[in-house]
Amino acid sequence: MNDHYHENCQALLSSLSEYIDGELPQELCAEIEKHLEGCDNCRIVLNTTRRTIDLVQGPTSEEVVPDDVRDRLFKRLNLDEYLSPKH
Amino acid sequence: MGNSTTHDFSIEALQSGDRAEFARLVDAYSTQIYRLGLKMLGNQQDAEDILQNTFLNAITHMKSFEGRSSLSTWLYRIAANEALMLIRKRKPNINIEDIQHEDADEIPLPETFVDWSVLPEKELLTGEAQKAIEAAVKKLPESLRMVFILRDVEDLSIKETAEVLNLTEVNVKTRLLRARMALREQLSSYYAERTLSKEKP
Repeated sequence: MNDHYHENCQALLSSLSEYIDGELPQELCAEIEKHLEGCDNCRIVLNTTRRTIDLVQGPTSEEVVPDDVRDRLFKRLNLDEYLSPKH
Repeated sequence: MGNSTTHDFSIEALQSGDRAEFARLVDAYSTQIYRLGLKMLGNQQDAEDILQNTFLNAITHMKSFEGRSSLSTWLYRIAANEALMLIRKRKPNINIEDIQHEDADEIPLPETFVDWSVLPEKELLTGEAQKAIEAAVKKLPESLRMVFILRDVEDLSIKETAEVLNLTEVNVKTRLLRARMALREQLSSYYAERTLSKEKP
């Protein structure tokens, strides 16, 4: 399916991260969006890259250090007296 | 874990050995550091070692913290070094040319063009899919994985990531793009099959 990865597509690829992160000037975004309208492959690369980032991020905000790991950490640092309650 | 959190702690208290303040610091940052270790090394024991060594180092070197970077950046730098040291201990044969290659301008072109991003959430996040995602991250070369985790998982800015890893912002951007593309390619091979089989009547 990669039978025509054009120069424009390669240019988009090099700016893809910054486009996703909203770090490109407006004129460049407009140019990229114009290209995306007519290029299925680049649209797919953009959509799947965004999704990839979401998926790897996962539910990280809900992750916490397990209690037993925290206990051992405080003991190792000689901070046992501050173990409970959680600061 | 942005710059603003630095102001929640008294550097003076930390540097004078105030243990209650240090305990507060440990609780504020241990989740992020543990997660970094977990994603870099892929197992809980190594993540715990990185966590402990990071704060032991921080206690030892607290007095030399000059505030040129934020406290969080400083802690991430210690943690990233601990993680990379542990990886090198496990894999002493990392080729320096590979790392130089990762900073090259040329980005490998995408190969899979299937829009699996439209798959429903429950299919993207099955137990098997989670394992495929973890395996994809693990497969990234360390230098790309570290940049990806700091930027995309820990949400550091490009500038902060560059400070943590002592890289230029250009290098961080190049590695980030390479990491994202490599992960996209791997997840595309995994999900494309599922997407295509759904499209068949």
